[in-house]
Amino acid sequence: MLTLGPLGFTAPWLLLGLLVLPILWILLRAVPPAPIRRRFPGVALLLGLSDDANQTDRTPWWLLLLRLMAVAAIITAFAGPVLNPQDRTPGTGPLLIVTDGTWASARDWDRRIDRMDAALDEAARDGRPAALVSLTDLPPEGPVFQDAQAVQLRLPALQPAPFAPDPDAITDFSAALSGRFDTFWLSDGLGRDSRAGLLAALETRGTVTVFSSPRSILGLRAAQIVDGNVTVTALRTDTDSARDITIAAFGLDPAGTERRLAMASAAFEAGATEATATFDLPPELRNRVTRFEAEGIRSAGAVTLTDDALKRREVALLAGASETETLDLLSPLHYLKQALVPTADLIEGTLEDSLLANPDVIVLADVASLTAVEADATQDWVEKGGLLVRFAGPRLAASDISRTDEDPLMPVRLRIGGRSIGGAMSWGEPKALAPFADTSPFFGLTVPEDVAISAQVMAQPDPTLARRVIAQLADGTPLVTRKPLGDGSVVLFHVTANAEWSTLPLSGLFVQMLERLAISTRPAAPDADELAGTTWLPEDSLTAFGDLERADTLPGVPGEDLVTNAPSAVMPPGLYAGEDRRIAVNVIGPEQTLSPAIWPARIAVEGLSVLRETVLKGWLLAAALLMLSLDILASLALSGRLRGPRATAATTALVALAMVALPVDAQAQDDSFAIEATSNVQLAYVITGDVRVDDMSDAGLYGLSNTLFQRTSIEPTLPVGVDVEVDELAFFPFLYWPVTADQPLPTREAYAKLNRYLRSGGMILFDTRDADLARFGSASPEGRKLQAIARGLDIPALEPIPQDHVLTRTFYLLQDFPGRHASRDVWVEAAPASAVQAEGMPFRDLNDGVTPVIVGGNDWAAAWAQDRSGNALVPIGRGMAGERQREIAMRFGVNLIMHVLTGNYKSDQVHVPALLDRLGQ
Amino acid sequence: MSDAPLTLRSGAEALAAPFPPLLAEAEHLASSVLVGDHGRRRAGLGDTFWQYRPAQNHDEMRSIDWRRSARSDAQFVQDKEWQIAQSILLWVDQGASMSFTSLKDGTTKATRARTLALATAILLLRGGERVGLTGNLLPPRRGETQLARMAQMLSEDHDSDFAAPDARGMLPHSRALFVSDFMGDLTQIEAAMAKAADADVRGALVQILDPAEEAFPFDGRTIFESMSGTLRHETLKAGDLRTRYLDRLAERKDRLASLARICGWQFHTHHTDASAASALLWTYTALERRI
Repeated sequence: MLTLGPLGFTAPWLLLGLLVLPILWILLRAVPPAPIRRRFPGVALLLGLSDDANQTDRTPWWLLLLRLMAVAAIITAFAGPVLNPQDRTPGTGPLLIVTDGTWASARDWDRRIDRMDAALDEAARDGRPAALVSLTDLPPEGPVFQDAQAVQLRLPALQPAPFAPDPDAITDFSAALSGRFDTFWLSDGLGRDSRAGLLAALETRGTVTVFSSPRSILGLRAAQIVDGNVTVTALRTDTDSARDITIAAFGLDPAGTERRLAMASAAFEAGATEATATFDLPPELRNRVTRFEAEGIRSAGAVTLTDDALKRREVALLAGASETETLDLLSPLHYLKQALVPTADLIEGTLEDSLLANPDVIVLADVASLTAVEADATQDWVEKGGLLVRFAGPRLAASDISRTDEDPLMPVRLRIGGRSIGGAMSWGEPKALAPFADTSPFFGLTVPEDVAISAQVMAQPDPTLARRVIAQLADGTPLVTRKPLGDGSVVLFHVTANAEWSTLPLSGLFVQMLERLAISTRPAAPDADELAGTTWLPEDSLTAFGDLERADTLPGVPGEDLVTNAPSAVMPPGLYAGEDRRIAVNVIGPEQTLSPAIWPARIAVEGLSVLRETVLKGWLLAAALLMLSLDILASLALSGRLRGPRATAATTALVALAMVALPVDAQAQDDSFAIEATSNVQLAYVITGDVRVDDMSDAGLYGLSNTLFQRTSIEPTLPVGVDVEVDELAFFPFLYWPVTADQPLPTREAYAKLNRYLRSGGMILFDTRDADLARFGSASPEGRKLQAIARGLDIPALEPIPQDHVLTRTFYLLQDFPGRHASRDVWVEAAPASAVQAEGMPFRDLNDGVTPVIVGGNDWAAAWAQDRSGNALVPIGRGMAGERQREIAMRFGVNLIMHVLTGNYKSDQVHVPALLDRLGQ
Repeated sequence: MSDAPLTLRSGAEALAAPFPPLLAEAEHLASSVLVGDHGRRRAGLGDTFWQYRPAQNHDEMRSIDWRRSARSDAQFVQDKEWQIAQSILLWVDQGASMSFTSLKDGTTKATRARTLALATAILLLRGGERVGLTGNLLPPRRGETQLARMAQMLSEDHDSDFAAPDARGMLPHSRALFVSDFMGDLTQIEAAMAKAADADVRGALVQILDPAEEAFPFDGRTIFESMSGTLRHETLKAGDLRTRYLDRLAERKDRLASLARICGWQFHTHHTDASAASALLWTYTALERRI
């Protein structure tokens, strides 16, 4: 084989044929193109005319060049050119391919597969048996050598794992090795302690070649809150140069779709392996973050999931309105604020405003009564999972709330008054707390001696009371009660939130109780002792490529493992859910660092790139064929034979070739529909599927468009039929919908589109076309079909067009709305009940929106219908009265479109004097 | 020429049908017609009133003018002025060059020329004129037979490339119509025209050209041959000859036009891809023109 740079030739002596080319050049130059004989009477005029120059007796140089290139391509093709010819020495003996298969190799996994594929190809050619093992998924029986092509079949199924190899498993694997074989080791480039042992074991069996990518490996540690900001630490293996990476925070937006919420950059300085990105996020946004990702890197290490540790609860605090100026220390909220400020975000404001912020907890300190609206909204919020905490106080004690019937927002019924103990006017000592029962969320908290309760509100004895008490006094009276409500719960402290009734708010117990109630945020990281004995279920797990997938089919994991163990096959990185919180297990632990793999000098380390042989013969022959085809066209053109049908055929062929190369973009046609519909006013009708009705709709809207064009400044283009299932409706201000008895009901998607259309200001004119037979309602099949269609539509209450409706005066002054039939049953959106006609005014002041639908059965399209020369298509009524009716129908159409396009402009009272004048009053 | 005489004639009649008859306008012709400003100034066959004369025995009853007779006791007969017809001689080029066509429908120049000439003849015969062919082939006569014979003679093709008009047999003061592509030797045409002009013959030249002759849409190395193959011209780049060819064509048209002007004739160029009726209309106007 002859090798020239990256090209090799299998039959190089054929290249001698290229020497023929100069001879061919001379020959071809000498032979001019053959002449054409033409019979032509005008030859008498040509006699004596000589050619300007005699250059064309030779073939032009570019045509010669084309031919020579074609010939050269053919000669070269048969010389057997090969790109990247491989000179290699075939190996012998079995081949073991080891891949680390960790998250760090996910980034260039395709290249690794290519490399393994090439190695297996080679092994198959040499007849070597091969085995393939991934260190993260080691076969328990050791490597199984089999035919290389059989191993190749398993390649596509080989996937990296999102965790590091288990050192114990590697040790077992090293011990189980036997026989002699060579090893190809595809390393992920990360340094690990387990490598040395395996390398030694493999070297005793044969030569080891390591393939490794020189690219830097990036990882992210779990996010932490530092000084109120979220910081994410990025790690890398190489330390050569300074580098900036972008880290993005992802989470659900309020609409529930996942999107990038924030971005920050982390700058590695030269020589540094760590860099930190700081996110300054508002609490609302921070609570939404579910994961951080290093941009542009597909690897599980470049993703860090967040759990509840990052969240801070939002707590809304409300106190009963106080008429008197009080000292801070006596403020009902003072102790709550002191307890919550370090760990939660506080919201203060009215209840309605607080509900809009959707807090986790609402604390009502001595708030007795809520308005009905507030109470309903609060109840909704609690039922969706909110926690309502109420504190008693003088106002609550004095009110009648939850006295005879249990208030939904109170856990228990209350007795009148409450009680005071140990005061100047009462018997007994202030009471202490009883130890917490084991069913209470406060179980385990120690009760300080000095907490004393001197006043409280009393719960009514009740069958349900015992279950709702979560803390009680030494004498058994309830101190804290709780009841579930929907997904959330309502908690009542029977004492005040300040130190007026008890010393509870002064004690550390108060803070612990708030914490147990999940009012304040827990400390960031749970420790193993806390999690011991619990089982956590994986919710989402991370693939090695950094994608999240549902993991609810995986078995649960013991709680202590989550903290102590690194991710493994039984505990893949992901999000684990416990009873009331979630814990994220990330690929890179909080203290882990990344270091590059160091290989001993005796081991050959190669890159991952593969040079494959490419046989160029086919390509060269195809090029030669193409050039010869061009030569045909060029020769024809030169000799004047490319005329008439031949030219057409040649052009067609060339255009067809170009069309194949450039597939037509279907999008352009959609765009043309949209551009056509939006560049002008265009009336539209709904295609019913009944050809006769659709033609009539088209003719009707054409007539109406014509009339509008002649009489008003609205200049519509030709009407268009729309299919509510397919076409975009938003372009059309007005839809005419003739109702036929047998048209299909719109699908759910079409209904959604129609409702969006109606809500965004579109108008539909429903026409049952049966006013001559039936009155409005379900008396006709069309009426029943209309009811069926309208059932899915967002249509407000309707009423017959009132005399003062704006439709009666948007352009013409009208009181009748006839079409082909002259029924008065035309219905529009009902005016609000509050609209009252003012004294001396001809119409009510109705400045609400345009009616979204008009419903009638007058077959307006028939009355409007015109052919293309403007002649009416359908006879209306009889004689002049009929013509008058058609004219009024036209006027109704004009008013209607004016109403659609100008809204309630004519309803403005500014027009009253002019209208009164026209009305002759 | 594949057209049988019958087809040729029916085609020509179809073309002539929409036109009003071409009315003869008698000029005073010296030899063939007696002198006079106004018809023959004697009673005879004609359309215009000449005189009333008392009815003779040989007059038929239906020829009596009852309106005039009612004013007196005698019967009168209306005499018409004797009107004499024109003689019109046609020459249609039957050379081989006329059988060229570049059109898809195969309309050759010869087809168009014959149809046009015969249509004119039909119109003239209908108008009462006498029509014949030049060169003593077919002396001017009237009647359907004349038309049939003319069609017969026009259907013949000549072998030579270019034909020249034969000015023999031209009656003095008559009219003539020459239809050809005028691609041949112009001196022969000039001689014929001079001879005609000597005999005070007026008329029209209609040049029939193929669109390809007008546009010269040829490229590349080409050998141009005349229709019979006698003439030949080879070029290596036909496209380069285009402007010079067109110049020569325009020069030839100019020469024909000036020749026609000198002799008091009309000249017109007609292309075979245009409608034949337009050419007929032009011929109608040209022959109708009072000189």
